[in-house]
Amino acid sequence: MTELPLIGEAIAVAAEPRLAGARIGVVTFPGTLDDRDAARAVRLAGATPVPLWHADTALGDVDAVVIPGGFSYGDYLRAGAIARFAPLMSQIIDAANSDAKLPVLGICNGFQILTESHLLPGSMIKNDHLKFMCRDQVLRVENSNTAWTLDYEAGQEITVPLKNQDGQYIADEKTLDALEAEGRVVFRYVGFNPNGSRRDIAGISNTAGNVVGLMPHPEHAVEVGFGPETALSGGAGIGGSDTDGLGFFTSVLTKIVGGAK
Amino acid sequence: MPRIVVDVMPKPEILDPQGKAIVGALPRLGFTAFSSVRQGKRFELLVDGEVTEEILAQARDAAETLLSNPVIEDVVNVEVVEA
Repeated sequence: MTELPLIGEAIAVAAEPRLAGARIGVVTFPGTLDDRDAARAVRLAGATPVPLWHADTALGDVDAVVIPGGFSYGDYLRAGAIARFAPLMSQIIDAANSDAKLPVLGICNGFQILTESHLLPGSMIKNDHLKFMCRDQVLRVENSNTAWTLDYEAGQEITVPLKNQDGQYIADEKTLDALEAEGRVVFRYVGFNPNGSRRDIAGISNTAGNVVGLMPHPEHAVEVGFGPETALSGGAGIGGSDTDGLGFFTSVLTKIVGGAK
Repeated sequence: MPRIVVDVMPKPEILDPQGKAIVGALPRLGFTAFSSVRQGKRFELLVDGEVTEEILAQARDAAETLLSNPVIEDVVNVEVVEA
């Protein structure tokens, strides 16, 4: 994971010396797809990605962890159900719940793993229309105080790719009401609900705000020319910019270096 | 060899998208008698030797922790079936 950016500009805050020391773990399970993109996003944000293997029994020296998307264990049994019991996940669960409150981001299959781990409430079931869906998706950042959204403004709309089959977020009404009341709905789908998720929920956080999960893929929207096809990048698509996802990875650095809003 | 059969179903209050697709397909094949379908899962756990109470308890525990997700599914049956 030492490759340099090949394309686009090394944008924004990359290579600020105080941040290059920040070590962000990126977990790989059998069947993970987006670990390299997640590692690249970490590097473009100015930190050092650290590859973590599901069978590792120690988390090592990392300041935050990204659980990327894909199809861990082929989505057998339920999406994320088997990955949740990997040795490394016990370490991540303990660290996320500890006083140190390790920041953890679960993207897509990573979100499914976090709900199966009970780090986040609710669950994902098959899209209501039953089809795999891949599109550029507008999200509204509802809570900009989590470890992974500090660099966004509350109410800001961002565009990132979405691609899933089991993306319909569900929880019972009581849980949904609690999530809303506590500001733990972090992202909502705007304009179009791509999978039937309750209350247009695209992503949520735990109570402390260090654990965030979402179905869309911010790590695919971090480089000029290679993000969503938006009007800004010369495409005919929807609004936003093709680096709207980079804020996830700079936010956690802001958190790590103790920056406040 | 005895098997322990575990049946898991989506919770009644949760819309089952797969069941919905199946019930839509049935009439196209002439099966018109069915107004609703829900799709669950059946697990067969093979046991070497006798199924003791302790082994059955293990199966129930496994059914609740790994084989089902209590947020969306119910374990509706755990039973021993002799081969």
